[in-house]
Amino acid sequence: MTENLHDAGSRNTRENAEEAELLLVGQPNVGKSVLFSRLTGLRTMASNYPGTTVGFMAGRMRFGGRFYRVVDAPGTYSLEPLDEAARVAIDLIDEAGLIINVVDATHLERHLPLTLELIAQGKPVVVALNMSDEARHLGIEIRTERLSELLGVPVVPTVARTGEGVVRLVTTALSQSIAGKTARSENGHPAHHPHVPRHPAGDPAKGHEHIAEEKIWSRVGAIVDEVQVLRHHHHSFAQRIEDASVHPVSGGIFALLVLASSFAVVRIVGEFLVSGGVGIVGEPWFRVPFGMEPLFDAAWRPLVTKLSAWLGGEGFAHHLLIGNLIDGRIDFHQSFGVLTTGLFVPLGIVLPYIFSFYLVLSLLEDTGYLPRLAVFLDNGMHRIGLHGYAIVPTLLGLGCNVPGILATRILENKRQRFIAATLISIAVPCAALQAMIVGLAGNRGLWVVALVYGILFVVWLAIGAILRVATRGFLPELLIEIPPYRAPSLSALASKMWMRVGGFLVEALPIVLAAILVVNVLYSLNVFHYVADATEGVVSSLWGLPKDAIVPLLLGILRKEMGAGMFASLALTTKQLISGCVILSMFFPCVATFVVLLKELGWKDTVKATAIMLAAVTATGAAINFLWP
Amino acid sequence: MRSRRSSRKLSEMTEKDLADLAPGEEGEIVSLGGGHGFQARLRAMGLVEGQRVRKLSRIRWGGPIILIVNRAQVAVGRGMARKILVRIDDDD
Repeated sequence: MTENLHDAGSRNTRENAEEAELLLVGQPNVGKSVLFSRLTGLRTMASNYPGTTVGFMAGRMRFGGRFYRVVDAPGTYSLEPLDEAARVAIDLIDEAGLIINVVDATHLERHLPLTLELIAQGKPVVVALNMSDEARHLGIEIRTERLSELLGVPVVPTVARTGEGVVRLVTTALSQSIAGKTARSENGHPAHHPHVPRHPAGDPAKGHEHIAEEKIWSRVGAIVDEVQVLRHHHHSFAQRIEDASVHPVSGGIFALLVLASSFAVVRIVGEFLVSGGVGIVGEPWFRVPFGMEPLFDAAWRPLVTKLSAWLGGEGFAHHLLIGNLIDGRIDFHQSFGVLTTGLFVPLGIVLPYIFSFYLVLSLLEDTGYLPRLAVFLDNGMHRIGLHGYAIVPTLLGLGCNVPGILATRILENKRQRFIAATLISIAVPCAALQAMIVGLAGNRGLWVVALVYGILFVVWLAIGAILRVATRGFLPELLIEIPPYRAPSLSALASKMWMRVGGFLVEALPIVLAAILVVNVLYSLNVFHYVADATEGVVSSLWGLPKDAIVPLLLGILRKEMGAGMFASLALTTKQLISGCVILSMFFPCVATFVVLLKELGWKDTVKATAIMLAAVTATGAAINFLWP
Repeated sequence: MRSRRSSRKLSEMTEKDLADLAPGEEGEIVSLGGGHGFQARLRAMGLVEGQRVRKLSRIRWGGPIILIVNRAQVAVGRGMARKILVRIDDDD
């Protein structure tokens, strides 16, 4: 699931029909992606934490019968990149025609430095004074006209979430772009505003890097003093909760409650959607006739049973499509045909859990809780060479490793990104795999599930602790702005869920079906017989698994949930199931994760990460096998 | 709101680093330590010389420090906080 990421190639897909390019630039978490959605009608991932967008997204806006290209840049604090995501933004600024600078109206003093830097570059800039509703609510009044005069560029108050002011912003921006073009053709160099001094922030002769920082800050102070009127504002209820959420005691308890209830809700909603059962662990408290399992039994089973009979219950085609009959009938968990287990695992088991996981994650993202969680986990994360904010990519990785690894771009340096990405690829199981683990291991008791998670957690800690010592370089500390709590917008939530759940279906389902087909063909050709014999030394002697377990482990490289699905037919002991699940989670990331790892880390670090993975999985498998009585 | 009490007498002032500030204490940032990149990160968060800050809380066992800077919460690692010098008023 690649979120908000377009390849660099898409930069050059400008069509002739498009008049101009608008680039949305601003600091993290000001609502650039929400505005982008408004302008282009495209769905984006927008959340309430800094660093949601780490790649850029381009789309087309239709306005007044014409098309314009709109690009949503990742957040950056200044024109000096402080992280990888900001580097992407700064490259885009260099190429941009017209810049819409999105600023947070509630914290003008924090956002204007970037505005001044952008204006000093000499490109046409229009300022979108976003979240102006929130500013009004907080008793902050901004004299827009005066601000525009002082900056020398147009300023338009907007509320991206509701669309307020967006049309005015676009009209202003486009007239700016035309004015800019005319001026350019007359003077031979870009001019952004004909009536005011071109570089109010600094010496026009110098580039942006030469503007003295102190000068910017004093100028920002003067501007804010002149345009901003603060009315006395009572501490709102939300603010009181915000204060309590970072209190060392109440905030810590709250963080534990949030984590525990998140897991509980994922499990309850997921299990309800799978089977209609309502409960947290073991047998559900009660069951209603609902869910994917009953649906498959009622609607799909009669059809595939007929097909199975028609195919004669055996043979090559039967083996591919239906798989093996268990006690004379189709078992959606174990038959392992394309039309049985191949459809049931992704749709019947994984999809419900993908839905429930992303529902909870999206709520955590949109309310603004994640940075607060980062604060409480900061100290612990330092032990593994990371800081608290690395929890964001890690949580995304619990959904799917691919966006998780992409999100490591919010970390400041290469060493942190290496540690975080390596840990995600080895010891963070994706939601699809977790759904299968919970289903398989849950049958044998809660402690079995807990042990799988516990072992993976220890592995995560151990590899992190080793990497902290073994890698060289500076480890920056946590430094983040904690956004205010915001009520999640239902439409934004729905849009995000649609992207994530739909993304799973589009990307996972074809691979799952193809993988089962290939595996079944290879089975028929008896290929795995040789593979299993060759790897018996490790799989059986060292890890204590049946030698055939190499097949699900290899299948897991295509899609992890299918590897786990295959365990169902192996008749594993509880000990073997636990070590099988742990090894499957760690043993080679799936292809999609591997590709993104290669892209983000480069081949050298990917080789290193792979070597670490091989050492870790060998040792962990052996440890479980030999330490377990 | 943006009262900068630079006119106060020096005898009334004490300087502490952010880590040593007690929760609830307020002050004005006097200086930022560290290198250029470090200072750039701080400034991006609005932590600039002359800025008034209030310490909201400190997470235990060496965890980060939460400040109120211009009505916004900012979390700063303990080691970073040690490099930010703040002038607080004795009589506050």
